[in-house]
Amino acid sequence: MRTRPTSILRASVLVLRRDLALAFRRWEQVTHPVVFFLMVATLFPLALDPKPSLLADIAAGVVWVSALLSSMLALETLYRSDVDDGTLEQLTLSGQPLAPLLLAKTVTHWLVSGVPLVLAAPVVGLAFGAGDASYGVLMTSIALGTGVLSLIGSVGAALTLGSRRGSVLLSLLVLPLVMPVLIFGARATDLAMHGEAAGGPLWLLGAMLILALTLTPFAAAAALRISLE
Amino acid sequence: MCETEPGVRVRLRYDEGVNLHRPPLSECAPEVESAGATLAVERLHLWRGQRHVLRGLGFAVHGGEFVHLKGPNGCGKTSLLRALAGFLWPEEGVIRWRGVPVSEDRDGYAADLAYLGHENALKGDLTALENLRFSTNLRTRTDDATLHRTLEELGVGRQADLPVRVLSAGQKRRVAMARVLLSGATLWLLDEPFTNLDVAGVADFARLIAAHAARGGIALVTSHADIELDAGRVRELVVA
Repeated sequence: MRTRPTSILRASVLVLRRDLALAFRRWEQVTHPVVFFLMVATLFPLALDPKPSLLADIAAGVVWVSALLSSMLALETLYRSDVDDGTLEQLTLSGQPLAPLLLAKTVTHWLVSGVPLVLAAPVVGLAFGAGDASYGVLMTSIALGTGVLSLIGSVGAALTLGSRRGSVLLSLLVLPLVMPVLIFGARATDLAMHGEAAGGPLWLLGAMLILALTLTPFAAAAALRISLE
Repeated sequence: MCETEPGVRVRLRYDEGVNLHRPPLSECAPEVESAGATLAVERLHLWRGQRHVLRGLGFAVHGGEFVHLKGPNGCGKTSLLRALAGFLWPEEGVIRWRGVPVSEDRDGYAADLAYLGHENALKGDLTALENLRFSTNLRTRTDDATLHRTLEELGVGRQADLPVRVLSAGQKRRVAMARVLLSGATLWLLDEPFTNLDVAGVADFARLIAAHAARGGIALVTSHADIELDAGRVRELVVA
């Protein structure tokens, strides 16, 4: 029996479909980050003076910091279970280039943990009394920003696989790297809430996403091979 | 055939005279590229932390050979297999596959290699069939009928649609072996494949390994048990 080798595109789709199937059999992977996001956002009015004018002023920052922390929380699960049960080792032995397969894993991770945040962000915006006009920019910036976070985080997660206290180390590694995302994301949202043009920061976020898309899969693949040793 | 530095005891034993009865080939298993299949290890030095585990190990294995790796716990059998699978980078020495150092064409080497480690590499939430469909199609396009046949051949056909987490340890091992069988790889690296298997399972696996060798493939297997094979050439490698 002769068999046809699988193309790398098809292999990536297989990885994406398997990870999606796994996520929908374990719902907590989808629900935990978004619940965490809503919880953190709720803490701010409790700790600060809940004046509507103040809340509207800090809305952009609150949504962005909460989304950032929630994404960080979800990153830990990106490779963990695959390492524990040995499937990640098998992925490196599939004869396919590792970088596209890891990109497929990261995209799935974003679909499962990032997209719910994009959908939940307007809810927090509404609760904080941000203007209706800003929801489009808010969702676009969160979508671009969580994408960059997932990609940069995939390198960090691959690097910290070997260490026992991985999650703290992961945050220490990744958070400084994603500060530009926070700055431009919160800035775009803030501009939109004040009725100004938010195109500049959004384009910069898009540029960051493209840069991360092209570079991080290779870095993640290299980091993973080191961590598996 | 076997060159080592002093202090390393490597014993290769040929049993060429054994029964050349060839068991029926698995119809499901893809053909292997047996032509020119040689795994050569030259002066391999491997450190694990502060421990110098492998000191100048050297051997060569050719298509059609089955190698039984033996040695006490902690002597470096698993480290050797992991180095051969490309997970560990040896501090010194070369591993050649078909005459080419494996570091030069990692993906090409990986496509010719199947590794069964201590972990079964199965997702507990997916069914046996889904697990196999994923791992096999990642390498070559394979239809579900072939996957089903292989699972049946390994005695887990009735468990094909159950989530792997409800299978017994031995049944999981069988599903993992189905992955190795369907990989189409020439070189099999099996780390303690017989753990958790019942008597019939051990016989099944031994038959599959023998069939693989008979088709011109290579199998390196660590096991503490004696393996009885009806394969053409059985060699023992004692790592000490």
